[in-house]
Amino acid sequence: MKRKSIWSWLWIIIGVIYFVLPLYSTFDFSLRAKKGVLSFLAYQNVFKDPNFWSTIAFSLVIALFTILVSILLVVPTAYWIRLRLPQLRGMLEFISILPFVVPAIVLVFGLIRVFSGPPFFLTNTFFGTDALLVAAYVVLALPYVFRSVDTGLAAIDVRSLTEAAQSLGASWATILFKIIFPNLRVAILSSAFLTMATVIGEYTIASFMVGIKAFGPYMSLVGQNKTYESSSLAIISFLVTWSFMGLIQVFNRGKAEGSSLSGAR
Amino acid sequence: MSNKQDPMLNEKRDAPKARPAPLPWRDWIGVIPFFLFAILFILLPSATLLVGAFRDSTGKLTLMNFSGLFVPSILGAYWVTIKISLATALGGGLLGFLMAYAVTIGNLPRPLRSALMTFSGVASNFAGVPLAFAFIATLGRTGLVTVLLKNILGLNLYNQGFSLYSFWGLSLTYMFFQFPLMILVITPALDGLKKEWREAAENLGASQSLYWRKVALPILTPSILGAMILLFGNSFGAYATAYSLTGGFINLITIVIGSQIKGDVLFNPGLGYALAVGMIVVMAVMMAIYYSLRRRSERWLRQ
Repeated sequence: MKRKSIWSWLWIIIGVIYFVLPLYSTFDFSLRAKKGVLSFLAYQNVFKDPNFWSTIAFSLVIALFTILVSILLVVPTAYWIRLRLPQLRGMLEFISILPFVVPAIVLVFGLIRVFSGPPFFLTNTFFGTDALLVAAYVVLALPYVFRSVDTGLAAIDVRSLTEAAQSLGASWATILFKIIFPNLRVAILSSAFLTMATVIGEYTIASFMVGIKAFGPYMSLVGQNKTYESSSLAIISFLVTWSFMGLIQVFNRGKAEGSSLSGAR
Repeated sequence: MSNKQDPMLNEKRDAPKARPAPLPWRDWIGVIPFFLFAILFILLPSATLLVGAFRDSTGKLTLMNFSGLFVPSILGAYWVTIKISLATALGGGLLGFLMAYAVTIGNLPRPLRSALMTFSGVASNFAGVPLAFAFIATLGRTGLVTVLLKNILGLNLYNQGFSLYSFWGLSLTYMFFQFPLMILVITPALDGLKKEWREAAENLGASQSLYWRKVALPILTPSILGAMILLFGNSFGAYATAYSLTGGFINLITIVIGSQIKGDVLFNPGLGYALAVGMIVVMAVMMAIYYSLRRRSERWLRQ
């Protein structure tokens, strides 16, 4: 058995090198903005740039709206279908994997074609474009939001909880917001953090819809002009992703492995 | 919503009215918002592209847009995209499988497993612009590894025909999110391999390799194939990483679609639609195979 674990260690070490080497190189690169010495100059430059703060704030707000809309859309629907319309479950599941079939680049193409012309004209106003961006991100997030909410609902006895609440005179709103949502908090939080991690630096959809207002396209623009600052942005964005994913682990405690799959971006 | 507080009604509640008589159409109201959203933001865009692909600029039905796909530059783009997807699905699939194997069956300490799962969750989502930056800092012309290889081994990668901005460079970059995805997808399948099967095989005198060839691999094959197909689709549809790494100067299908949206070069809306539909068809076939394979593997791994 000894030999076997040597091989196991070898695969793990290769994987760790593959993972760590690019990050180490990026970090090393980001410290070399001042010739000859290691410094955090590139980071200072990034933090001094007002566009850094405005784009990251914009993407944060978009991410928050995405989370809000996708939870409000998915949780009541999944709950209701489990309770009353089990015949629609297959359909719901099918819709939730459609984002795998329609990659982000195709989705944004279709959305622009549909909503830039009559009868919607959404892309003529700032508000309309931002709303469309949120809608696109809700679609992107759908596979894992649905999966984690569905797993969460499977773990609680939806029917008994509902009937108990009804017999005590609770309205549907009370049932949803005081019983179903709190019981699903782990699922909701973990999909919220995953949405946060993927939406903040998203490039494909943001670059076609809102351009450099968003953080992903801003990073790309910096990368075209400034070498060291782009490395420090990569490190910052990695830390943001890492912290959100770490939070998922804290709330999730190893449950729902593999539910973090999303479509191609 | 339905039961507004009505004192009369409340008094009657004591008598068990069972459940209110089912009003089928009212049940459906609850799911309208979601399905409306799905129709507006998933189905309508896809349908628009589909209809557009069969129309010429005056709106007449045509198949010309699809014949536009069969020109060398577009076929070349499909070929490069397929090659990259295949290379990263196989490479990332193999490394991911071996790592997942190491933490499930490979006698490694338990905490390593949860560390690896967290790491995979992060790394499989670390795509796009920052990933491109990271690989430029690693394997670009002045990247750390490039420089180290030149200074220590005297090996100049870029004289050997390697470039981060072409096929192999992009494949190596994609692998960064491909192998963690493989780990996430394949670990449950490896967990499903039962100890009893191995013990039974050993009791019957099977060697380690016979057990793998005759028992474990046949059971795992649908899962492995399915996972690799997922990986294939994942890089087939990827845009952000390739675009920010190469600045759009690599001939991938997603990049071609991107330039059709922007309308820079050779703008032809019909062709753009046909390209997008081609991509949806490829992805739909991939997902159909993936789900049928997954159903097959679940038969073994469920109990």
